[in-house]
Amino acid sequence: MNRKLINWGLGIGTPLLLVAAWWAVSQNSTNTFFPPLATILERFQALWLFDHFGSDVLLSLRNLALGYALATVIGVGLGFVTALVPVVRWALDPLIHFFRGIPPVALVPIFISLIGFGIEMRLVSIILAALFPTLIATVDGIRSVDPSLKDVSAVYRLTRTEKLAQVYLPAAGPQIAAGMQVSLQVAFIVMIASEMLGASQGIGAMTLLAQQSFMTSDMWAGILLLGVIGFGANMLFELAKNKVLAWYVGSRRLAKS
Amino acid sequence: MNTTDTNPALNPAGTTDMTADSTSGNAGGATAPPRLEVTALSKTYGSGANAKCVIEDLTFTVNTGEVVCIVGPSGVGKTTLLKCLAGLQPATSGTAAIDGRTIAGPPPEMALVFQDYSRSLMPWLTVRKNVRLPLRHLHLPTQEMNQRIDTALEAVGLAHAANQYPWQLSGGMQQRVAIARALAYRPEILIMDEPFASVDAQTRFELEDLCLKIREDFGMTILVVTHDIDEAVYLSDRVVVLGSKPARVLDVIGIDLPAPRDQISTRSLPEFAEQRTTVLSMIRKPA
Repeated sequence: MNRKLINWGLGIGTPLLLVAAWWAVSQNSTNTFFPPLATILERFQALWLFDHFGSDVLLSLRNLALGYALATVIGVGLGFVTALVPVVRWALDPLIHFFRGIPPVALVPIFISLIGFGIEMRLVSIILAALFPTLIATVDGIRSVDPSLKDVSAVYRLTRTEKLAQVYLPAAGPQIAAGMQVSLQVAFIVMIASEMLGASQGIGAMTLLAQQSFMTSDMWAGILLLGVIGFGANMLFELAKNKVLAWYVGSRRLAKS
Repeated sequence: MNTTDTNPALNPAGTTDMTADSTSGNAGGATAPPRLEVTALSKTYGSGANAKCVIEDLTFTVNTGEVVCIVGPSGVGKTTLLKCLAGLQPATSGTAAIDGRTIAGPPPEMALVFQDYSRSLMPWLTVRKNVRLPLRHLHLPTQEMNQRIDTALEAVGLAHAANQYPWQLSGGMQQRVAIARALAYRPEILIMDEPFASVDAQTRFELEDLCLKIREDFGMTILVVTHDIDEAVYLSDRVVVLGSKPARVLDVIGIDLPAPRDQISTRSLPEFAEQRTTVLSMIRKPA
């Protein structure tokens, strides 16, 4: 119990200490590139919490959420088909491995030229980039379902729907979740990159604009916001994962003890 | 049994009807035809020079309500045989049939308890939901389904652990969950693959007695594969002794021990030792 408290203290205390250090060191800074933290926070409040919340922050978050959700649904669905239908597997396997090799951000210029600068471009970029980690993890997860579980399903004559929903999906669940977590990071990166490369709205666009107009405090405020969103999104994901995969977390903990 | 109306896996082909006729003819009508009949069953993996014959020309029968044990050296291909019986693998030649119908896929009236209990239970389902999983597609009334689950869990002494996950239980308890799942399914034929191989001696005795109790209570036909000769003699009405490489039937030995069997008194009978010796010498005999 004591040990746990100390760990929590370390986890919360260290970042707080670093922020305090940043505050203290940057307090009287006149360096254009490293403005005082106080100024950054002021700009943070002014920019993101009121002025641009509706026009830029919500827009970015909506793109992220929608793009990620679609990528997950398509990734898991396509993963099931790829893993279970031999013809599809043979047809798609090399393609999947080719596309997974391309850094997701490198695809954005293609989408800009193909689809334009609109919201569609940003959504399509996010979906296509975030698709692959989930897709690949789903295929691997389903292929590695224990053969004894398949035998059990066959002997007890489970229906096809039962096999998919009650056996394959949960059995591949931990691997799918790991893939989805990578997809979340990729979706986040591509969300920002697509805004920086081809948009005038959104957190990424605002941050780049600030940098280009030498409004360093605004740039820092944007980076800070991105950090907070990324951290928050990952934390939400972890919470959801631990709830859905409670059986897995529990069995792993037991196996280790 | 409510499973008899849905048996698309069974193919009552003309040839198998003939087999059924000829066997009942051979039996002379004095005894009931065998429930499970294995005829000249062979299984070969691979082909050409790499072909490996695992089972060769196996023939034996199991009658309704009988407990039959299959014993043989380890690695003899017992698990392959069970997979053929359960319709998980096609035989290379020969047939396995239930009531004269050739097994071409998992038969509705059969349940299988796998050797590796830790890998045959769904770790994401509680004990109760594991037992319920095979019942969902039978479309039973909720009340009957719950009653079947309760009865099965009580029969294996796990009513108190219904809401735990399999990985929270000991090996013996996990195997009992697997048995409960088979019981709730109410198969007419229960097949078990070295079901008690990896549990401690005390639990093993309990599970053996549970197996005999199931036969009494539910009137099941039970086929058990084991490498433990004492266990085979204790449980069986008949023991099928397999020889190895490839697996073939050396002999079928009728076990004539009084019922009900008891772990202490039955095992101390001189007949028990005699039967045990007969089976053991059969296995040890150089082929």
